[in-house]
Amino acid sequence: MGQSYEQSKKTATKIIVILGIITIAEVIFALLGKGYIIDGLHFPLIIMGGVMIAMSLVKAYLIVYEFMHMKYEMPGLVKSVLLPTLLLVWAVFAFFQEGNYWKDRRGEIMDKNEDRVEIPAETKQQGMLKQLDENRKQN
Amino acid sequence: MADTATLHAATDDKKLWDGGASPFKSSYGKLMMWYFLLSDAFTFAGFLIAYGTLRISSPTWPVPDFVFSAFPGGFHHKPLYFVTVMTFILLASSFTMVRAVQEGHQENRKGVVFWMILTVIGGAAFLGCQAWEWTTMIGSEHVTITKNPFSAHTEPGVYLEGDGHDIKEGDTFEVGDSYLIHKHDGEWGNLKYKVTGGEDAGMVKEQAFGPKAFGALFFFITGFHGFHVLSGVIFLLIICINSATGLYAARKNGYEMVEKIGLYWHFVDLVWVFVFLVFYLL
Repeated sequence: MGQSYEQSKKTATKIIVILGIITIAEVIFALLGKGYIIDGLHFPLIIMGGVMIAMSLVKAYLIVYEFMHMKYEMPGLVKSVLLPTLLLVWAVFAFFQEGNYWKDRRGEIMDKNEDRVEIPAETKQQGMLKQLDENRKQN
Repeated sequence: MADTATLHAATDDKKLWDGGASPFKSSYGKLMMWYFLLSDAFTFAGFLIAYGTLRISSPTWPVPDFVFSAFPGGFHHKPLYFVTVMTFILLASSFTMVRAVQEGHQENRKGVVFWMILTVIGGAAFLGCQAWEWTTMIGSEHVTITKNPFSAHTEPGVYLEGDGHDIKEGDTFEVGDSYLIHKHDGEWGNLKYKVTGGEDAGMVKEQAFGPKAFGALFFFITGFHGFHVLSGVIFLLIICINSATGLYAARKNGYEMVEKIGLYWHFVDLVWVFVFLVFYLL
């Protein structure tokens, strides 16, 4: 489908070479940005993260569209497989935001963990009885 | 062309989805492989997002270039070299898989078997590399799922003792510098240091263990991926043997089974792209 045998052989070779080049570029960039190649040179995290994620997404596109032949499938199939993964974009933002929140409140959480609340036995029982009464009234 | 015409006719009749036709022009097996891979993608994404969340929530995290810097043959301080080799092995096996699928479309039995054997070798080589990496981490660096001796400093200071490896007495360090706590005769040797800056300047402290979650996440996620590779290798072998015996040639469907295991195999490579990104590059 799509390409002749000779053509597809050439495409496969081309894609694997591109994937190899991107991988090498990623590693070089990772080491360059952290000062391994040129002493004292450091890229900010946002640039490092952005470039690496972009390069990985290009690799993912090439693997799915060329190696897994997504390019030659029917539009309905493509949509039914790829659109659900968009949910993950939301998951990434939601959870990373949450992680950041935990980090900012680490001290507070540790303090709370130290807190010990003593509840006198009577109060506990009174509370339960009160709750029971309220439930009865509602019903 | 004839196919497209039939398809259009079927659409007009609104009978395309009534059964008997193949609306996505894909076999049941291939379509279900795609949906299985979609669900597997969600599983992996769940793990990787958990990794990211815990990493973000920690005040410090082991630096990958420092943690993954050993190379077979006793080499150290070779940041990312070994994992790059692993990535290339997996990429190469993905290429040989593509070739096997293409030979399958040509109904070329010998070609299919030849390229599949190469793919199996690639998968096995990757597993071997992973076994070596795990052995190094567990055996000589003593990382476990509950104890993580890798960490990075959060304040500048000067060491008051050496560990007989890389750190000598009097060595200074800055915020963000990495360290590995070594084990000597079964005893952890957390080094003492004097803080030279920040809030606690002047205090004497001991190297703290790194975030616990690191070991658990590393072994669990790379282990889960490695298990996918292992299952892949086993299925590749079975399908390779079936191809060799002529089972798929008799089906006359262009070695569709090879295509299906090919989809799975590329997916394993695809997951590795992201494991490589979050564990080793960032």
